[in-house]
Amino acid sequence: MDLYEHQAMRLFAAHQVPVPAGDVAASPSAAAAIAARIGRPTVIKAQVKAGGRGKAGGVRLAPSPEAASALAGEILGMEIKGHRVRQVLVAEASDIVEEYYLAFLIDRADRGILAMFSASGGMDIEQVPASAIVRTPIDPAAGLPPEAFPEALQPVAAKLWEVFVASDATLVEVNPLIVDRSGKVLAVDGKVTLDDNAFFRQDLSDYSTEAEDPLEQRAAALGLNYVKLDGTVGIIGNGAGLVMSTLDVVAGAGARPANFLDIGGGAGAQVMADALSVVLEDPAVKSVLVNVFGGITACDAVATGIIQALELLGDAVTRPIVVRLDGNNAAAGRSLLAEAAHPMVEQVDTMDGAAARAAGLGA
Amino acid sequence: MAIWLTEKSRVVVQGMTGAEGLKHTRRMLAAGTDVAGGVNPRKAGTLVQVKDTSLPVFASVGEAVKETGADVSVIFVPPAHTKSAVLEAVDAEIPLAVVITEGVPVLDTATVWARARNSATRIIGPNCPGLISPGRANAGIIPSDITGAGPIGLVSKSGTLTYQLMHELRDIGFSTCVGIGGDPIIGTTHIDCLAAFEADPATKAIVLIGEIGGDAEERAAAFIASHVTKPVVGYIAGFTAPPGKTMGHAGAIVSGSSGTAEAKKAALEAAGVRVGRTPSETARLMRAVIGSL
Ligand SMILES: Nc1ncnc2c1ncn2[C@@H]1O[C@H](COP(=O)(O)OP(=O)(O)O)[C@@H](O)[C@H]1O
Ligand SMILES: [Mg+2]
Repeated sequence: MDLYEHQAMRLFAAHQVPVPAGDVAASPSAAAAIAARIGRPTVIKAQVKAGGRGKAGGVRLAPSPEAASALAGEILGMEIKGHRVRQVLVAEASDIVEEYYLAFLIDRADRGILAMFSASGGMDIEQVPASAIVRTPIDPAAGLPPEAFPEALQPVAAKLWEVFVASDATLVEVNPLIVDRSGKVLAVDGKVTLDDNAFFRQDLSDYSTEAEDPLEQRAAALGLNYVKLDGTVGIIGNGAGLVMSTLDVVAGAGARPANFLDIGGGAGAQVMADALSVVLEDPAVKSVLVNVFGGITACDAVATGIIQALELLGDAVTRPIVVRLDGNNAAAGRSLLAEAAHPMVEQVDTMDGAAARAAGLGA
Repeated sequence: MAIWLTEKSRVVVQGMTGAEGLKHTRRMLAAGTDVAGGVNPRKAGTLVQVKDTSLPVFASVGEAVKETGADVSVIFVPPAHTKSAVLEAVDAEIPLAVVITEGVPVLDTATVWARARNSATRIIGPNCPGLISPGRANAGIIPSDITGAGPIGLVSKSGTLTYQLMHELRDIGFSTCVGIGGDPIIGTTHIDCLAAFEADPATKAIVLIGEIGGDAEERAAAFIASHVTKPVVGYIAGFTAPPGKTMGHAGAIVSGSSGTAEAKKAALEAAGVRVGRTPSETARLMRAVIGSL
């Protein structure tokens, strides 16, 4: 889960990382009130989960509360990299002397954690040559090696490392980490990603973990692994790789998939019913493809699940469903479905054939 | 032969007494795997009856290794305890630890790997179906009745795509199929498997299955170009995945312009790997390769 900058700032502050004073506002008047409370020039910052806000005009200096109000009015409602701005952070403006780049992240290639530091941080970090970035692998059991950061920054780096570990982050990026005219070090931007796998041991009460998309919200509440896409063929399958592959094969057959939905290993009737109901709730869906390869789960059990799911859903099954069953006990599963002879269900025995049929019905 | 897992392998199961552990211990035994026992400190000293086999439960992996000569551990321990379970296996210097558990925090995996990288233990997973050398042994949850022994080696991030390809090529058979898992940090990579298949006389050709996220496939492609002489056929899943969305596997995410399926396919093709557009086409490509050997 990605955090908004203002959430990252609060997390930093909780670990004694110095950050500018500030608060979030959803209206120009609220922005002006925060700026008045700060009583110094502020920066009005678009809150979207994307970088490059500065270059997109989403970070502006407001010398006064009136300016804060006007700029908040301009920034609220903007679209930055496909994200609508619904809140702004009003933060005390720092008098910047130096801008550094500091990050902790998962290095997949090295199978570990990497610290990155550059003395040339700021909005042009993409143009900084690799030679100007210090990369230091971190053994989490051993902690931060001193060579990762300049000595003056080690206290703040240690606190940011503490943020990374204590909150089970997969990314903590501060760009820029600044030094102001009085010599103070401050994190004036923060990008944090939390590891969904660690939610069981994290207190998430400060964050809304709800997905933005209502269908994704409903699927999550049902415990389904669902991602909303923008096409017309609903997809249900077992196993992340097979479902991704199913999306691709449907796309290759000329239709756009409406979603990713992985029902996992032992998919019983209730899971299948939940899956079908979420997919059919999407008004854009014109056809559904159920693609199951029976590994551990036998296809006759899957077929029984589909039949019971269709009974549970009754009249809600308004669009054609193409089913492909293969693998463990495929013949038994197919004949169960054939006997049930549901008017909206059609079977095709191969993945490519089933994808082509669903695409034909749903393009 | 096969890689890492043969009929001589002796398996212990960490988390054997849990529901999943027990179910798959039964299946591993049924596949002919030499399962020597389980590990659970709270049930140490007891016996667990699995069909007609009575399996001892040991207090630690170290004890299990000492008592039984086990050289493989299969781990079904829940995410909150996976880190300590794998570290226990590493400290016992067991040659192979197969971590089936899904949902392990990546910081835990990073901590484990920092200790394991120069150890005697090869880790496979986490969040993987394990590996099978058909007709010899099964360490994990891959169904053993899909196919038998044969000349194809398979390495995959995805479980069900592994089963799909095993099924499509079931008349030819496999030396070993390794599900390396879909997490951002994994103990055994495509490259490790490619190197082992290249050295394995029983493997004549290799299927490599990848998916979006990271650059493991690109690095595998570079390795193939310089180190693999056996024919490799590839498949990549996730061409239609939008950037920034995690597609089921924790590691399956396109970040900005990196980790895309296009880039992976292009890298593999540049290394001379034939890449199928669908799993079925991938199977057909492999069939042609085997036919021409
Ligand atoms: N509180 C602040 N005080 C002064 N300047 C700031 C402040 N916050 C941001 N800036 C300036 O704006 C630039 C862009 O802001 P930043 O928060 O990094 O957004 P983004 O990385 O999305 O462009 C920074 O590099 C910095 O120069
Ligand atoms: Mg920034």
